[in-house]
Amino acid sequence: MASIDLHDACVDFPIFDAKTRSLKKAVLGTVGRAGGKIGTGSRVPIVEALRGITLSLRHGDRVGLVGHNGAGKSTLLRLLSGIYEPTRGRSRIVGRVAPVFDLGVGMDPEISGFENIVIRGLFLGLTRKQMEARTDEIAEFTELGDYLSMPLRTYSTGMRVRLALGVVTSIDPEILLLDEGIGAVDAAFLEKARDRLNELVERSGILVFASHSDEFLVELCNSGIWMDKGEIRERGDLRSVLTAYKGKDPFEHLSDETLRRIGGGRTLTGEAT
Amino acid sequence: MQDIAIPARDELPPEPDSRTWARAFGDLAAGWQQRGLWGHLGLQDVKQGYRRSVLGPLWITISMAVTAFALGILYSALFAQDLRTFLPYVATGLIIWTFIAGCINQGTEVFIRNEGLIKHLPSPLSVHVFRMVWHQVLLFAHNLAVWAILMVVFRRGLGFEALLAIPALAVVVANGLWVAFLVGIIATRFRDIPPVMASIVQLMFFLTPIVWIYADFRDRPGAIGERARLAEFNPFLHFLEILRAPMIGDPIVLRHWIVALAITVVGSAVAMLAMRNYRARVSYWV
Repeated sequence: MASIDLHDACVDFPIFDAKTRSLKKAVLGTVGRAGGKIGTGSRVPIVEALRGITLSLRHGDRVGLVGHNGAGKSTLLRLLSGIYEPTRGRSRIVGRVAPVFDLGVGMDPEISGFENIVIRGLFLGLTRKQMEARTDEIAEFTELGDYLSMPLRTYSTGMRVRLALGVVTSIDPEILLLDEGIGAVDAAFLEKARDRLNELVERSGILVFASHSDEFLVELCNSGIWMDKGEIRERGDLRSVLTAYKGKDPFEHLSDETLRRIGGGRTLTGEAT
Repeated sequence: MQDIAIPARDELPPEPDSRTWARAFGDLAAGWQQRGLWGHLGLQDVKQGYRRSVLGPLWITISMAVTAFALGILYSALFAQDLRTFLPYVATGLIIWTFIAGCINQGTEVFIRNEGLIKHLPSPLSVHVFRMVWHQVLLFAHNLAVWAILMVVFRRGLGFEALLAIPALAVVVANGLWVAFLVGIIATRFRDIPPVMASIVQLMFFLTPIVWIYADFRDRPGAIGERARLAEFNPFLHFLEILRAPMIGDPIVLRHWIVALAITVVGSAVAMLAMRNYRARVSYWV
């Protein structure tokens, strides 16, 4: 069973500029210090990207991540994926993680769409055989047809996004981490991708989704975290977190159609807390 | 419904284990598990080199052949050597050197160049190192064609000793791996390392007996012999010798094997220590 536990986890980035990142500076810095603590020339400035994150996620948790730019949403996703191990504090991540941060990473423009599907799948922990078995399904979903045998560099941006979405929505991750980039696809395809994303979310044990789109968050998530200046400012039921973050109830502005669609299995009122 | 409030559980995650031997070796094991991935990517890297060219893979072999012939002909004249023995010597040395230099130069950038992948997809660090060394092995295999042709043309009869080239290649590859881990981690932290290593490698090309025959100078009396014997302190010499000797039918020297194996053991230990202490820092540094 997938689970994520963080206890008082921090992510501190050392900031090496052109000067401090050089070996010369480090060597000279040590010499200088030995001479008797003149300044702090060799000390590297640190940016505390995340501070005191305590969090427990279990199977079925679908968390929407909101916050201003630079609030630490993407860094938190990387911490949850295990890319960053906490510099202080503890973490335990159990389960296969599929992060979708940048749809373009791991794509080779010179090889065909089919080949890129396979490589992307390999990166997400699948075998070549498993990926080859899925290519038909992905080809159908992306509607790219014969284009899939053309090199990726002939694709438009939209076509690349389709391909990437096709791959991630065909796998079965236990922990799915989505960054906002996924919301940048065109509306028509989004409509089609929505069902698949919903299915995918149902299949995966844990979802953490960073987005600025209320509509998307409301559809996919049932709880929320508001990140502010590297800390968790508020967490709980999605509606109350969004209301606190935006200063108004986001559900008021949703279209009737959306409300009906999400009405089924989701908790609409803040009854839980 | 599910637990909506995400309460903090009582059970604490275990003590941080980012800096443990278990995680360092676990990284290697997990990387090896993903050989389908790096095997494919390494092959892709080779193909990238000659995509859309007419001669394709032949270009790798041809450019090596041209360099080897040019150096062979030039230096055989300068040192008054018989081309029939000198050309295979230079060509084989150059092929091996290209592999060694490739591992070091690409090794310094192995994590820096994969910044995007490291920051976007959680994968063991060793995947990137295995991919890079595998790429170099594939290039080496392409270049072996030059060696094979020379062996046939100059009718170099090779005995069973030639089979020693296989374990020798394994030793050289193992060293390529630890060097890439070590310099890769250091270079990610200190960005001056790649150009520094590049100039050292460039210099070592001339200090290592590739275009000059070590045995000839070593056994000369006087100052020349003394200078040449300094080459024993050059670690590259030993790796070059253990692999080149069986490939061109030169006598096998036990001393080179001992030194090469000792370096392998010590180097691997140092590289694993770096992995233990700084593995988790690489994603912060890139």
